[in-house]
Amino acid sequence: MNSKEITIQISEAADSLNLKKWDYGASFSNDYSVQVDKGEAKQLKASQKQILTIRVWNESNLVGITTTSDISESGIKKALNQANIASDFGNKNERTEFSPLAKDPIEAKDSKKRNPVGIKKLLTLLREAELKLLESHESIKSVPYNGLSESFYERVYANSDGAFRSYTKSQAALYLYARAEEKNKKPRSSGSVKLGYGVEDIDIESCIKDASNKTISHLNYSSIKTDKYLICFSPESFLTIINAFSSMFNARSILDGISLSNKNSIGEKLSTEALNIYDDGLHEKNISSSPFDGEGTPTKRLCLINKGRLENFIHSESTARIFKTIPTGHAGLGSKVSVSPDWIVVEKSEENTDLKTSLDHSTYEGEFVYIEELNAIHAGVRASQGSFSLPFDGWLFKNGKKISIESATVAGDIKYLLKNIVNIESNQEVTTSGISPHIWVDELSITGDA
Amino acid sequence: MLSSQIKSNEIIFGICNKDLLEEIIFYGMRLGADFVEIFIENTDKSSVLAEEDFITSVSPSFGRGAGIRIFKDKKDGFVSTNDLTINGLMKSVSQAIEMLDVTDNKKIKVFNGLDKHRDYSLFKKKWINEIPSIHEISEKLLVSTKSLKKNNKIITRKGSYSRNLQEVIIASSDGTYVSDIRLHQTVGLNVIANDAQYRSSGSRRFGSSGMPHEFRLWDHEKAANDVFESSMNMLYADYVDAGQMPVVLANKFGGVIFHEACGHLLETTQIERGTTPFENKLNEKIAHESVTAIDEGISEGSFGSLSVDDEGMEPEKSVLIKDGILKKFISDRAGELRTGHKRTGSGRRQNYSFAAASRMRNTYIAKGEHSKEDLINSISDGLYCKSMGGGSVGATGQFNFAVEEGYLIKNGKLTNPVKGATLIGEAKEVMPKISMCGNDLELAPGFCGSISGSVNVTVGQPHIKVDSITVGGR
Repeated sequence: MNSKEITIQISEAADSLNLKKWDYGASFSNDYSVQVDKGEAKQLKASQKQILTIRVWNESNLVGITTTSDISESGIKKALNQANIASDFGNKNERTEFSPLAKDPIEAKDSKKRNPVGIKKLLTLLREAELKLLESHESIKSVPYNGLSESFYERVYANSDGAFRSYTKSQAALYLYARAEEKNKKPRSSGSVKLGYGVEDIDIESCIKDASNKTISHLNYSSIKTDKYLICFSPESFLTIINAFSSMFNARSILDGISLSNKNSIGEKLSTEALNIYDDGLHEKNISSSPFDGEGTPTKRLCLINKGRLENFIHSESTARIFKTIPTGHAGLGSKVSVSPDWIVVEKSEENTDLKTSLDHSTYEGEFVYIEELNAIHAGVRASQGSFSLPFDGWLFKNGKKISIESATVAGDIKYLLKNIVNIESNQEVTTSGISPHIWVDELSITGDA
Repeated sequence: MLSSQIKSNEIIFGICNKDLLEEIIFYGMRLGADFVEIFIENTDKSSVLAEEDFITSVSPSFGRGAGIRIFKDKKDGFVSTNDLTINGLMKSVSQAIEMLDVTDNKKIKVFNGLDKHRDYSLFKKKWINEIPSIHEISEKLLVSTKSLKKNNKIITRKGSYSRNLQEVIIASSDGTYVSDIRLHQTVGLNVIANDAQYRSSGSRRFGSSGMPHEFRLWDHEKAANDVFESSMNMLYADYVDAGQMPVVLANKFGGVIFHEACGHLLETTQIERGTTPFENKLNEKIAHESVTAIDEGISEGSFGSLSVDDEGMEPEKSVLIKDGILKKFISDRAGELRTGHKRTGSGRRQNYSFAAASRMRNTYIAKGEHSKEDLINSISDGLYCKSMGGGSVGATGQFNFAVEEGYLIKNGKLTNPVKGATLIGEAKEVMPKISMCGNDLELAPGFCGSISGSVNVTVGQPHIKVDSITVGGR
């Protein structure tokens, strides 16, 4: 069945069950991936998946939901029945409705959908990439984590009010994680990930080069003394920390009492006036962009921090109604509708005279710690409390030398971090989770072994 | 007609599918496979969320699918599909064979048909009627969140429940033909406490496998008291000072460190990748002589227990480390094929869309002879980690774990609560520093995410003392 046929099937089944109001989200995908081990194919995978989530509203306008991978006629009927039963337990205190924007036009973009290259081609490309990475430096002994994949999928949203929207996409990903070993030293490991609409869009050479350079650059490591340091966050690491604390911008989190913000926080000064942060799911560099969210609301660019002040929250239909605003295109589709950011864009605002522009990661000669990548986010972030304590990969720049840091954590508080931004470099870099320049923060605690 | 005699062109749960499974396996072998494995599942899940004094989410889901794995030499091709018809499954077999680029199908490996059906589900079908209803679950969750309302500093109260009833059929070209039903239930409580600029949180999670009544027996009052007490103790806590120090790790979920930092390094997937420092250390000392560590899938009701693993093998009790000496690795079929370590009944996967891999089940450090007080009394200046949060292990074995509830140890006594602590180290260096094990072994349920998805596990240990470890703080 295609998505139109599924919609008709659901509509007919809902009629037969006397269910007047329903909506659904569906995803159909075909994925192919390969892994190699020293030139040999290790695991080759293909999967065909279908997921259907149906919501129904009962006579008391309470919502029930069911998710299934069975989209046969009987599967759809069973899902509607289960959702109807679940609606007896619908949340009476927070009503859910269709998004008022579910039928608004969505931004038509070139989907840039590619054709599959096939498993054999994936395998050939990955074998070559692994070999080149192994040959790039004598200390690189293996590439224990590697993979090349391509996915083709369709997403759909429709409701009983006549809304119907769908899009198809393709996406490919390459990851290479190398391990370097030298005598009498601990093994060191680092890697690189590249995304593209298709395999032909992935810059494989640059992925190999990044993985090699990063891994080799950590070979000569040293412990760092526990102390407070001037920190330069790489674009990737700064985006990681912003995403980890995105509950600050999240209306759902505010209503749930797990955000550092509250309903009245709009306008609150969080940072230097030089900082702007947007959520821009439709950004041209966002390979995973979706033109609408789980409730069918069109995706759009939204300013979260404007000149250091909190400007907007991200919303679903129900949170927007409670906050007396409109949905922003950030909803999932669930029994309790989740809200999450799409693609964070960090930039320097026009009000940037208070920045210490001499702090540039490529020219600054003073002592600082460069945080390349933050790890273990799920364990080291307390979003509801604002605190973090995270291991990282990075370097200490001292006396003109760049020394890889053996094993250390950076700890602090997100509000302190934002308030202590001392420079926002001019050049933005594209990462897999958004766009940001290098960000400098004064006085964060580093724990090391020394 | 009896249900077992129904002939069908698709897999149907509850009837004998032997002929159809054999046909598919024969087909794969004829195409040149060394080994064919079919894993088919049917799931029925529900989750319920209570917030404050209301049920805010009820999410049922159901689904079915198959994972087909073909081995040729030491490589494998894996295809997953929702199509359980014979045509759909044959197509998946062909796709896996094609991916592996099998050209030599002249030397066909022998397949003698499937063995006698081992049906582990026979005594479990009654579970379906014994599982608590959504109504019953909702009522108990609401009572539980109400129990958390102990003072006005508690600003958020949550109770959550989820269960997964999974039927599986596993068949492979070595004759394996098994069926099973698995039931996993988990329930958790969370609070956030707030007073002016101070904020803390507390959480506890409980879980069981194969025991439909376990949720009914869950002591929600005790759980609520634990969570409340933990959040209150931590509300005004200062940040811990960073540094090297001795620590005592509490029992139960304290075992997450052994699981993450050492257990994963004893899975054969790590040997395959060359990422474990213990690869060539079998029968060598890798830990302090006070440490004996076990991984098993047989403790009745434990979250990581199984009647049969996802490759059709009954789980064994594996002594991984005995008195500090490395004795065994955790192995699955691919691990045995690629590393030579015998299978341990540890081939596990989240669902049909993952190929099985060597994964831990119930993993714990065995009890020692000391009391908890002995351990604390032995430290003049250190940290007591009463409750651990999550953690992770890097590609080269470094680990880090958040301490959810910690107390300073001064002159052999517990003193002030401290927050923001992270334990950092490497298994190879920390294992020899576990110098004392308590006599109070307890287990705790959890979810482990790795190569074959998220699986239910149990972690555990008695109280243990680590002589020196890096504590991250401020």
